Amino acid sequence: MIKVENLSKKFDGKFAVEQINFEVAAGETLVLLGTSGCGKTTTLRMINRLIEPDFGEVYIDGKNVGRQQPELLRRHMGYVLQNHGLFPHYTVLENMSVVPKLLKWDKEKIRERSMELLDKLKLDSVLGKQYPSALSGGQQQRVGLARALMADPPILLMDEPFGALDNITRADIRREFTELDELVKKTIILVTHDIQEAFEMGDKICLMDQGKVMQYGTPEELLFKPQSTFVASFLKEHKLLLELKSLKMGEHTAWELLEQLEPGKLKEILLTSEG
Amino acid sequence: MEESQSLAQFMVQQSGKLMSQTLTHISLTLLSMVFAIAIAVPLGIWIARSRKFSGPVLGFAGILQTIPSIALLGIMIPFLGIGPKPAILALFLYALLPVIRNTYTGITGVDPVIVDAAKGMGMSKWQILIKVELPLAFPVLMAGIRTATVINVGVATLAAYIAAGGLGEFIFGGIALNNSNMILAGAIPAALLAVILDFLLSRVQKLSLKRVRVAYLLLPFLFILFCSFYFLPSKIGGRMLAGFTPEFMGRQDGYLGLKEVYKLQMETVVVSDAVKYKAAYEGKLDVIDGYSTDGRLKAFDLITLEDDQHIFPPYYAAPVVRQDVLKKYPELEMVLNKLSGLLNDEEMTGLNYNVDKLKQSPEKVASDFLSEHHLLQSALPGGKGLIRIGSKVFGEQYILAQMYKLLIRGYSHLDVETKTGLGGTQICFDALKNDQIDLYPEYTGTGLLVILHPSPSVLNGIPKDKDAVFGYVKKEFSRQFNLTWLKPIGFNNSYALMMRRKQAADLNIKSITDLVHYIKEN
Repeated sequence: MIKVENLSKKFDGKFAVEQINFEVAAGETLVLLGTSGCGKTTTLRMINRLIEPDFGEVYIDGKNVGRQQPELLRRHMGYVLQNHGLFPHYTVLENMSVVPKLLKWDKEKIRERSMELLDKLKLDSVLGKQYPSALSGGQQQRVGLARALMADPPILLMDEPFGALDNITRADIRREFTELDELVKKTIILVTHDIQEAFEMGDKICLMDQGKVMQYGTPEELLFKPQSTFVASFLKEHKLLLELKSLKMGEHTAWELLEQLEPGKLKEILLTSEG
Repeated sequence: MEESQSLAQFMVQQSGKLMSQTLTHISLTLLSMVFAIAIAVPLGIWIARSRKFSGPVLGFAGILQTIPSIALLGIMIPFLGIGPKPAILALFLYALLPVIRNTYTGITGVDPVIVDAAKGMGMSKWQILIKVELPLAFPVLMAGIRTATVINVGVATLAAYIAAGGLGEFIFGGIALNNSNMILAGAIPAALLAVILDFLLSRVQKLSLKRVRVAYLLLPFLFILFCSFYFLPSKIGGRMLAGFTPEFMGRQDGYLGLKEVYKLQMETVVVSDAVKYKAAYEGKLDVIDGYSTDGRLKAFDLITLEDDQHIFPPYYAAPVVRQDVLKKYPELEMVLNKLSGLLNDEEMTGLNYNVDKLKQSPEKVASDFLSEHHLLQSALPGGKGLIRIGSKVFGEQYILAQMYKLLIRGYSHLDVETKTGLGGTQICFDALKNDQIDLYPEYTGTGLLVILHPSPSVLNGIPKDKDAVFGYVKKEFSRQFNLTWLKPIGFNNSYALMMRRKQAADLNIKSITDLVHYIKEN
């Protein structure tokens, strides 16, 4: 559905993104994973042409996006930003109506769709008349997603959608989002620096560093067949977490194992857990 | 008596005039603001888009802001003449900077994330501007409009100097005539106007732009409509137009006398002394007031109309000096009297012409004249004391001040400091009375009517000949203020009405009575 070929972008003569290639099938979620400055956001923004690439092409359903009018292109791609990007002078409902209005939907249809989404995203319909500043961070992020989903676009671009939330809220909302029926059918490209998020949400992960793809594949491929020491060390901590979690599926939970440890042994584990 | 009149009485008495001045004032301010907004907001948006132009554009608007208002008005007269047009243009230029700057600040202050979101959702540049950037920048933008409006209410008072009307007519008339009721009758409404407009705009500022889209667009047009209701002062086709200074407008030996004695009724606008001659010369005005020895009379080919019913008293010029200074430096009187009787009307007009038209410096004209009359001596060593000479703001006074300076330096051991350009009669007189200057050249008629302003019965008792008036002011100045009038210089710089030579000849108008008849018949 989305195909990226040799995508490159230079800022001040230096490559921010260099020769990126990947392909996302319809209904799949691709996670662009990496530390800040690795080029993942730049890559995302070249897909909806917020940034114009220096070389390379992006195809959606076989059509080159570079040949389409950017405004029209963007109206069919949901876009969720890290700091939600809600219009402070618009109420929740008005924020949600932006794209449908651009698409010239009638009022009744906009209203019905808004109510449906508020309900699905567990937002009280009373909030519809509120301004974003009156909402909690989690609510703002839900509205940000609702706004992107309003016109039911086949593609959703998400730039660190949970980045502004605290850890607990983030995990909750992420879980909710992954269970949302609206998102199941969508082709999603999600940018994050959070490995757990990447593994929870991604059908495929594209691990980037310094503008280049370090490895592109399923979470399992990255975990079990790292193509370089960079990939292996990047995922190291997560590996440990997964190991612990996988124990849960066995006879004992990790906690039960830990409880049986002799005094002083915990420290030893922490210090020797390198490999 | 006018002095005992309260402010309220004055305002009631003048309510018709006050109303029309206020409406003119509002029209000037609002029209200029509508134009300024129409230009400055797009300009502000443009420099927010192309940041490299923001420096030059804001810099240029800043320079406009620093030009003194009266200078800006003066610069425009050759292009736009007098009246509301140059006034509105000047006000427009003053309003540019605050509006451009606040539009720019407002737009650039919009959170880039929000603009990014708008773009990412597929809004076009125009939609982003109208639906996102302008609404979010609106409070800042409105703050700029408020600043500019308040500034313009103040600056619009100066429009009175170029016949554009407004509350400045009362304010400057009041200053010139030392009539505090008149000043306040102009200043209080002007201040109220600023406060009210600011308050109304603060209400607009609180509006959420996305809700009042239509109203917002209509507002400026309502303003224009509103303004167009009240015609701004302009020359009405075919009829004659008079332009008088604020001082002349309020003087018994001026416009008031013309109305009372001659029953003159003609279209009249208020102009500043600085622009009226040129305006008359260019046909923008047909009748102006002026001084009979003014060099510009010659320069602009104007003639004076005969005052056949004698409403203008004699205006013989003589130095007025503090008595304590004369006592301290007795030689001063002799030195100052050297000029007495030396200058007749024609000679003074000639000297004024040299300054006003030939652009010679008053210093040069003064020293040339003295050397011609063998009165120019090189300066003696000073140190004995300091004499401060004042003068009003026109060529003749500058020349006289320079002559006295040269005489004092040449014939005494006193040092001299000149304080030229003291606004008007009242300012000069107050400076003298309060020991800030020691002498200045004054005119007998002015001393009589502006400073002493005796009651009508006393005034009628004074014969209108030069010696009687001189005697009266000399006596009263000495008695009331401890000031001495020295011997008259010789010329009579009387008030006079003036017209273009050709027009006066064509219409066969020689005296003020002729003028009154002509206007009645047409």
